[in-house]
Amino acid sequence: MVSRKAEVRAAVVPGETLERFFSGWIPPISAFFAAAFVHALLLFHVLAVAPLFYIWLERKVSARIQDRLGPTRTGGRFGWLQTVADGIKLIQKEDLCPGAADSVLFRIAPFMATVAAFMAMVALPVSRGWVAVSLETGAFLILALLSLEVLGIILAGYASGSKWALFGAIREAAQMVSYEIPLAICALVPLLAAGTLNLMEVGEMQSGFFLTRWLIFQNPFCFIAFFVFFTVATASVKRAPFDLAEAESELVAGFHTEYSGLRWSLFFMAEYASMFTVSSIATLLFLGGWWTGFGIEDLLDPLRTWGLGIPVKNFSVGNYLLNLFGCVVFLVKASLLVTVQIWVRWTLPRLRIDQVMTTCLKYLLPMSCVLFLGAAAWPLLLTSTLGRPILFGTPLGDRLGVAVRVTQPELQGDEASAGSIAAPPSPFFIGSRSR
Amino acid sequence: MTIDALLFWIFAALACGGALGVVLASRIVRMAFWLVVSLGSVAALFFLLNAEFLGAAQLLIYVGGTIVILVFGVMLTAGGAAPRLKATPGESLLCIAVAASLFGLCLFTVGSVDWVEVARRQGSISHENRPTAGTVGHGTHALGSALVGFRPAVVTTNKDGQPVKQVVLQTGYLLPFEIISVHLLVVLLGAAYLARPKQRREAGAIAASSGGPA
Repeated sequence: MVSRKAEVRAAVVPGETLERFFSGWIPPISAFFAAAFVHALLLFHVLAVAPLFYIWLERKVSARIQDRLGPTRTGGRFGWLQTVADGIKLIQKEDLCPGAADSVLFRIAPFMATVAAFMAMVALPVSRGWVAVSLETGAFLILALLSLEVLGIILAGYASGSKWALFGAIREAAQMVSYEIPLAICALVPLLAAGTLNLMEVGEMQSGFFLTRWLIFQNPFCFIAFFVFFTVATASVKRAPFDLAEAESELVAGFHTEYSGLRWSLFFMAEYASMFTVSSIATLLFLGGWWTGFGIEDLLDPLRTWGLGIPVKNFSVGNYLLNLFGCVVFLVKASLLVTVQIWVRWTLPRLRIDQVMTTCLKYLLPMSCVLFLGAAAWPLLLTSTLGRPILFGTPLGDRLGVAVRVTQPELQGDEASAGSIAAPPSPFFIGSRSR
Repeated sequence: MTIDALLFWIFAALACGGALGVVLASRIVRMAFWLVVSLGSVAALFFLLNAEFLGAAQLLIYVGGTIVILVFGVMLTAGGAAPRLKATPGESLLCIAVAASLFGLCLFTVGSVDWVEVARRQGSISHENRPTAGTVGHGTHALGSALVGFRPAVVTTNKDGQPVKQVVLQTGYLLPFEIISVHLLVVLLGAAYLARPKQRREAGAIAASSGGPA
């Protein structure tokens, strides 16, 4: 039945930020930029390695679907290094700019699209406490940043000075801008149930045992919203069957017709990074984020205080390893969704542009509005008939654990209170609010 | 110079530089690009002020919406491959005069405020009444509650000579919210009506004379 007690679990929150760590040695402004550089580098590594892997995966999966093998020579039996070889080939190509093109905009456009696609990961947590920027309005910021990619595409198509590129850009802009609306509304359906835009809290809410704790099973509208969100997200990153903008058989190559070499590969990387981003968002909002759903983490919870203080004060090795496990679970789930996107691309035929727009504006948009209304009315319906806001389990607000900081006693202090629970940290740490 | 000041100067320079770029560029699509730079820097300034919701809304609405419409408009109505906008010297002089007078007005207004007094008065507001990052949490909970009419505030009243804090309900923004919603609905209906496919007289006459489904 429904339990009203707030769940308490200990969370080890490190007491040092990277900036403070660096400012022990270098002046404050340099420390800030150094810390920002390290964070950006870490994030960029995830985002640059993911397209590498997914491009290889696409080639293998598409090959198997078409009853052939795909890359089998570069880097071993399975062609692991094929993407790297392709990257090296693309880097050493000539950097052309067509004569009729607006050269400044032509050169800048790939960077705009790539930066927008990569920036969206800045507010997305991949494990407990592992997020580049923890924001109270994280979900809104991600949706806003995802909508900036359209500009890069339009400028690329327009500035190419070629009619194929222009057609591709106009179709692409119409498609991406239209699909932003059902994307935002479907993302709001689980956020309505969760009651917060803070993605770390949304991730923490889906913890524990069992799979029914995931937001996709929260109410029937969330269940349908997952599939609608996934469809809309596939369209919004211009993947087949919605890839009119880069249709090889129709528009030569759409908006990136005139691009070659590294600039083209930036568009390619932006596409796979966007696929990974929207799959990660779907995983976080619907599929339980970094939790396995089978309660393994609850069993391993006491390990979180293991190895406290090695090598930095208030850092716990056990906490780090468990968060790493959560990150791996998250990446596996996101990769599964990307695999589904690849599978759908090579199975379904391409839609015409009028079919694409009809699907969005006449079917998916009313569907997502109905789902939104239903999700808003669902707790009211339940409260008026059954007397509780949720069918089974703990209400979502009560699931946020009260995070207490497990601190290390000072070396001059008393060793008797090693690992004692200190006062609750500032309101900004995840789960420190008990509702 | 602190990091906040440095970042402020960088983004302020980008915002003003982008605005200058809009004015000085000759090709219209390049003007749109400079406008992106300027509006994006304004969003960055909002983030520096810890107004995350406002910064994200600026990115979503201005950069992701308004400028896209601008570029669409240019692309669909362009006269030629790279449409240019050139102003005659007389127009330039008039525009410079208007802009300079507006700038002078802003400078005069900003300069005539006693900022020391403002800071002193803001500092004298007690901690409960002043919304800070610690209490509000950079989030949108207060805004959302205010939009449905629930806006609590802590005021310190004098009761029997003792300052007493109590929570009072101030008027929220429910009525403006509803008015704006109805307004948006009217605008949508009007746009749908204006964009409807119009019946053409010739097509109807031809269909009638051929006698049967066209």
